Amino acid sequence: MTAAKSATATYKSPDAGRGPADVRLSVEQVSFAHTPNPSQAPVFTLEATSFQAKPAEIVAILGPNASGKSTLLRLISGALQPLSGRVLLNGFVTHTLDPRTRAQRIAMVQQESPLLFPSRAWEFVLQGRHPYGKSLQFETDDDMLIAKNALAQVGAEDLSHRRMDQISGGEKQRVILARALAQQPLLLLLDEPTLHLDIGAQVDLLDTLRRLAGENRYTVIVVTHELNLAAEYADQVVLLQRGKCLRVGSPASVYQRDLLEQVFQATLTVESGASGRPRVSVLPGSQQT
Amino acid sequence: MRALTAGGVLARCAVLLAILFVVVVLALKMGAVPVSLYGLGRDLLYVVIGKRSAINSEYSLIVFNLRLPRIILAIFVGASLSVAGTSFQALLRNPLADPYVLGVSSGAAVGAIVALIVEPYFSLPPAIAALFTPLGAFLGAVATIAAVYFLGRREGQIDSSTLLLGGIITASFLSAIILFLMTTLAGRDLRGMAFWLMGDLSTPAQASVRWTLQAGFFVAAFFIYTTASDLNLLLAGEKEAMHLGVDVGRVRLVVYIAASALTGLAVAVSGAIGYVGLLVPHVMRMIFGADHRVLLPTAALGGAIAVVIADTLARTVAAPAELSVGAVTAVAGAPLFLYLLRRRLA
Repeated sequence: MTAAKSATATYKSPDAGRGPADVRLSVEQVSFAHTPNPSQAPVFTLEATSFQAKPAEIVAILGPNASGKSTLLRLISGALQPLSGRVLLNGFVTHTLDPRTRAQRIAMVQQESPLLFPSRAWEFVLQGRHPYGKSLQFETDDDMLIAKNALAQVGAEDLSHRRMDQISGGEKQRVILARALAQQPLLLLLDEPTLHLDIGAQVDLLDTLRRLAGENRYTVIVVTHELNLAAEYADQVVLLQRGKCLRVGSPASVYQRDLLEQVFQATLTVESGASGRPRVSVLPGSQQT
Repeated sequence: MRALTAGGVLARCAVLLAILFVVVVLALKMGAVPVSLYGLGRDLLYVVIGKRSAINSEYSLIVFNLRLPRIILAIFVGASLSVAGTSFQALLRNPLADPYVLGVSSGAAVGAIVALIVEPYFSLPPAIAALFTPLGAFLGAVATIAAVYFLGRREGQIDSSTLLLGGIITASFLSAIILFLMTTLAGRDLRGMAFWLMGDLSTPAQASVRWTLQAGFFVAAFFIYTTASDLNLLLAGEKEAMHLGVDVGRVRLVVYIAASALTGLAVAVSGAIGYVGLLVPHVMRMIFGADHRVLLPTAALGGAIAVVIADTLARTVAAPAELSVGAVTAVAGAPLFLYLLRRRLA
């Protein structure tokens, strides 16, 4: 394979042919409700929420349990149709895209689901090329190269021949991230990616995300309830509580002690950390009623 | 890292085709009337060069008119059940899903029996009327898998244990309906109870039904194969597959209808043969891996091999009496089911 072809296979400019738009993702007054019983009024799981994100930006969606974080992420991914408003990715409404096109533009890293018949890591990463293939077609050399490079980008080349059920939680999370990279998306969505990881693996994963967002100009949206990690890595924070979007902005503007105390129902202190970003501490035995 | 290629799939299928050929030759040879390999080879050569009249008429009757059609039936029934089992396992994310265990075969049997009951009222030409049975079996299979699917769903997700229990109870309920129909309508030409409950290949199918089975197998298997790479992703769950570009609704519809058609066709000609759709995909997965692009064709060939062997054993172990082929597949399949169940619960 020639060097030029290899370069094409490894990296495709995410905005190629899509115009110089500065805003990549635009969430416009998006809301969602479900109707548990046809005779009852719909229950809002997310009220009108708006924010915008640029290429290479990391946005953290923060909030306690049942605040509508995962609903917002699924609305952005196009898997859910909003009750009102719309989500635009480079000008296209995400939920109206056909599944293949959507998967070429949006990659989702979900909370780990058990595999029925575990495959090897490289086979798992190759699944990320599915949106680019046709039925009755097998993977090409380019697909293999992209999968290999995706594993290298997350520092998991040495895992490529390991079975997915025989690697640690942190390693698995990196392989799942590599599969998302193999989709060559514009938008990378992550639902609680640090949930089952120890602190070292959490920092490692978020460092990797920060680097990838810069190198590949992905727009990254992370759902988390890790306040300090979000403050450290996010460019923008969307703060939710019980389905309401309370504030959108930089970590410094959102991390106001009163606001966080009200949202998380605990007595907190917010100070400036070593990196200059906000740092939140919880005072023990301070559960608010 | 070596990706699967079309050549790789064909090479694996070629090996299984060679095994199937050997098994078919042995199945032609074995039976209550012994046939020598030399005589069989000579007679096959006569058929190939168009000198069928040169074959001893008694041999010709036994080998080409009795055993060969039955073996061809076994090949298509085995391939159909095995592909249906592989598809249900992927779609339902359950390694224990099999048309027989889920009650789909029993549903097809009820549909076929109802079709046999109503068919005389339409006074159609025999060739058309014969197609009523596979059609009834198909509708019975579709209705059953739809019922089992909804029984197995809890809070929008398929729950493995609920699904299996729902399937087993449905199968038991439908078997009771079969018994009821066979008892109350005794004396009518509805084939035997053992045929519908355990499966049997000794009853020759009408030519129009045989052709429907063969053409139906190729059409349904082709449609399922077009979704092979989608099925690989569905193993990780519907949400995950959707985010990787799978049109989950379309794949589910295509595969449920095609797999129900395969089950219906197989049951219409052979009754409810159990465990083929469980046993064969597992063995093929152990040998060739879980990629459906290789698993589906190898499971089809493996299913054909398994049912030809099972039917040959059914014909020969108690000769001149015959066992039900379903009894042979159950002897091999039921212990495997229990083993897999124990391993999953461990």
